[in-house]
Parts: sequence; C-alpha cells; structure tokens
Amino acid sequence: MMDPGKNTIATDDPGNGRLTVTLKVNGQEREVSIDPRMTLLDCLREVLHLTGTKKGCDHGQCGACTVHIGGRRVNSCLALAAAHGGDEIVTIEGLGTPGRLHPMQAAFLENDAYQCGYCTSGQIMSAVALLREPCGASDDDVREFMSGNICRCGAYPNIVKAIQQARRALEGI
Amino acid sequence: MRSFHLVRANDRPAAVAEGAASHTAQQGASVRFLAGGTTLVDLMKLGVERPERVVDINRLGLDGIHKQANGDLFIGATARNSDLAHHPLVRDGYSALSQAILAGASTQLRNAATTAGNLLQRTRCMYFRDSASACNKRTPGSGCPAITGTNRMLAILGTSEACIANHPSDMAVAMMAYDAVVHVQGVSGDRQIRLMDFYVLPQQRPDIETVLAPGDLVTHVTLPPPPAGERSTYLKLRDRASYEFALVSAAAAITLSNGMIASVRFALGGVGTRPWRASEAERALVGQAPSEEAFRKAAEICLKGARPQTQNSFKVELAKRCIVHAFKQVVH
Repeated sequence: MMDPGKNTIATDDPGNGRLTVTLKVNGQEREVSIDPRMTLLDCLREVLHLTGTKKGCDHGQCGACTVHIGGRRVNSCLALAAAHGGDEIVTIEGLGTPGRLHPMQAAFLENDAYQCGYCTSGQIMSAVALLREPCGASDDDVREFMSGNICRCGAYPNIVKAIQQARRALEGI
Repeated sequence: MRSFHLVRANDRPAAVAEGAASHTAQQGASVRFLAGGTTLVDLMKLGVERPERVVDINRLGLDGIHKQANGDLFIGATARNSDLAHHPLVRDGYSALSQAILAGASTQLRNAATTAGNLLQRTRCMYFRDSASACNKRTPGSGCPAITGTNRMLAILGTSEACIANHPSDMAVAMMAYDAVVHVQGVSGDRQIRLMDFYVLPQQRPDIETVLAPGDLVTHVTLPPPPAGERSTYLKLRDRASYEFALVSAAAAITLSNGMIASVRFALGGVGTRPWRASEAERALVGQAPSEEAFRKAAEICLKGARPQTQNSFKVELAKRCIVHAFKQVVH
C-alpha cells in the first residue's frame, strides 16, 4: 500500500498551517495566504474586502452568499477558498458598476425588488446565472429556479418581476 | 471548525492511500474526500465532521457522464448534480432520476453537489446536526433524543431502538429504483456494490451507514439500460413547493404488456433509514392490471413494516398515497 501523503500535492505549508493560493476574482488574480478552513465567502469579504457578497446562514440554506464559479452559481459559504485556486470567480462587484449597471441590477432597481437589501446581491447573482440555465418562461419557473435565495422581507413578487423584465430585455422580446 | 490539512490527490491511488490512513470510512473518519463540499463543509462547521485531513478529489477526472459500450449509463463520482439532471441521456432514458435531482436542494447546491456526495449525504435529523445533543449516529451509545423528541420528518421504515434518522437524498431514491451499481476503488482493488447493498440499516450501530471501508473511493455509478418501453416518474411530497426535503417521495418505473404490468421498480424517499426499495411490493404487482386497487395493495405491502414515531404517523398513509399517485401518473 502506498504511503499516505506521497503523490498528493500538499496545498498547505505544515509550518504555519496557512496556504498560499491565487484566486481569480472578477478577472483579477489575487494571491492570498489563508487558513485551509477559510470559506470562499469569508475570503472574499475578510481578505479581499469584497463585501458585496453577504453572509446569511453560513450553511448553504439562504443563498445570500451566491457567487459564480466557472460561470455557475454556488453558495460560497460551502466552498473552501483554498480548493478554488485558478477557478474563475465572479461576485456582485464584477457584474457592473454604479455608472454602468448589469441589466439585471438595473431591473432590480427599477422594480424595487428588495427592501432591506441584504439578500439582494445573492438574488442578483442567481438571477444572472438563471439567464444561462434551462429555465422556462413562466413566473412559476422563475420561482422554482430562485428558490435557493431566501428573502426575509418577502420581496419575492418584485424579484420575479425584475427577473422577467431583464429576461425580456436581454432576449429582445 | 477543527483545523485540518488540505491536500489534493494527484491520482486515484493517491486518494485511496490517503483515505486508507483513517481508522474508519464512517462517522468519525479522520480523512475525508472533498468533492462539492455541500455536506462535508456544512458538517465540519457544525463540528459533526472533524477530519484531520481533507483530500480534494475534484481534479481526478471523475466527472464524466456517458453511455458505456455495454449499454449502461456511466455517471462519474464528481459529476455535478445539475449536469446529471440536465444530461440528455438522463432526461430521455432515466426521467425519474432527472426529476428527483431537480426536486432536491437549490440550483446553487446542485451546481456544487456531486454523485458520490449525494449518495453519502448525511441525515438532516436535528439531533445529529447539533453536537450538543446526544445522538447514537454521531456519538455511538449516547442515546437518541429523536425517539421521544422532534421526529416529524424522520423515518418509519428500517429504524431501530438506537436511531430513526432518515436518509435525505432524492437522487439516491431514483438510483435505487434504477438498480444502480456503485463502483469503488479501494486498497485491495476495484469492486462493484449494488446500491441495494450499499447502505446498511442502523440497528445498534447507526454511525455505520454504508459498506465503505477506509480508502474506498467511489469512482462512478452505473445504471443498466431500462427495459424497453419503461416509463418512470418521481413524485415528491413536502411542506414547501420547492427547496425542501421530502416528507415522502416515490420513484416509480413500470412497463406494460397487453395491458398488464410486465415489470415494475420502485423506491421510497423520506421514510426510510436508507433509500427504500420496495422489492416485495414490486413482485405483487407483476402480472396485475395497472389499477388503483393494485397499486394500493402494493403500497400496503410496502408500508406493512412501518413503525411510526410520536409525530410522524401521518407518513404511513401519505406514503401509500404517494405510491398510488406516482403509479397513476406513470401509467396515464
């Protein structure tokens, strides 16, 4: 039997328990030195100071921490940052800027699709990913595809409106 | 979260060797494979999982989905649940599997969660997840507060005096109905385990959930080709319309010949300590006309060993109706 540890790449430095990882976030390469326990969510917020991604439940239940990895939406609270070196990560900060909003961000503004705003970045990250997913045309389809994003203010009706408006605009309907 | 060493396996033998250093592959393992992380990282945060080494298996090329030369569907261990659910081979040939996956969790979770991780996901019993509680599954011998406590969501089939935790997967229920085979690479070579033989009943050791041994790496799952003309569906009954675990679910597959049932395969979710294949009830249906009465009789057989707890006796009748309704959907 092979010895454990051989033929594995130890991504850690046994000396101090920290790992050096290069994350690609919003098109920029960022080298970070982190504890293996650090989630992508905490790394984005606490190390890279990208605080648009929110921590809600921290257990993959609320969707506030939704980001895109390799073009797909995931819960960043359940991803270990050190396991995502080299992956293309996009956060709400990478979608648009205050002067040049992503059409989905503009649609959320126009439809007043939030109250307190805490879940909104996660909602928008899910909604933007939804545009590339096999989601049917109806409001019920949108509700199903958005069920992983909880809004405790209950802004759901306007969230659905915003998403449908952005879909129509982007599909030129 | 307890600190751990994060390593990335270069190849499968290296991953197997890493895993083999643990004294167990069950609860309390000191080495864990990391795929999607949606169960493992969650439970590590709760202190339920406390591995010393976490072995990233995401770059081992285990994510393929294709039809094998022998006609079986090959499903890689780290294929993402989303990719599996939307794959044309699954949508067309194994529709109950596609439906089951899409009925579980959220898109974000399905984008990360994997085949093997889904099979190995842990119960949602609140006492298991709360490391301040007693729990025979988490800490053998500490007791089961669920039996006298909050047990509305928990199992009615396959339970023991030690544990009534239900298996939470939707995907595994459909795979159980489709006669899935789990392919494992271990320290003494490769082996195949029928999914029917993969999970063990809790009995007095609910911390032991599967037949996996230290070092065992699930590499892929295969599904045999369905019988010609088989129709299947997955019906999930739950408290919310979306993003909720099953109270009861049923994967039902059937073929008819001259108006009679020629073959039938079905399994239940939400009610069993493991995904629950209903072999005896299946045998009772073969040769019968596909009537509501026949399906109800099969449902009675399936649930005859049910042992409801203080809060979940409703699941017995709900499961029967779920079975009947699923079959009515699939034959009409």
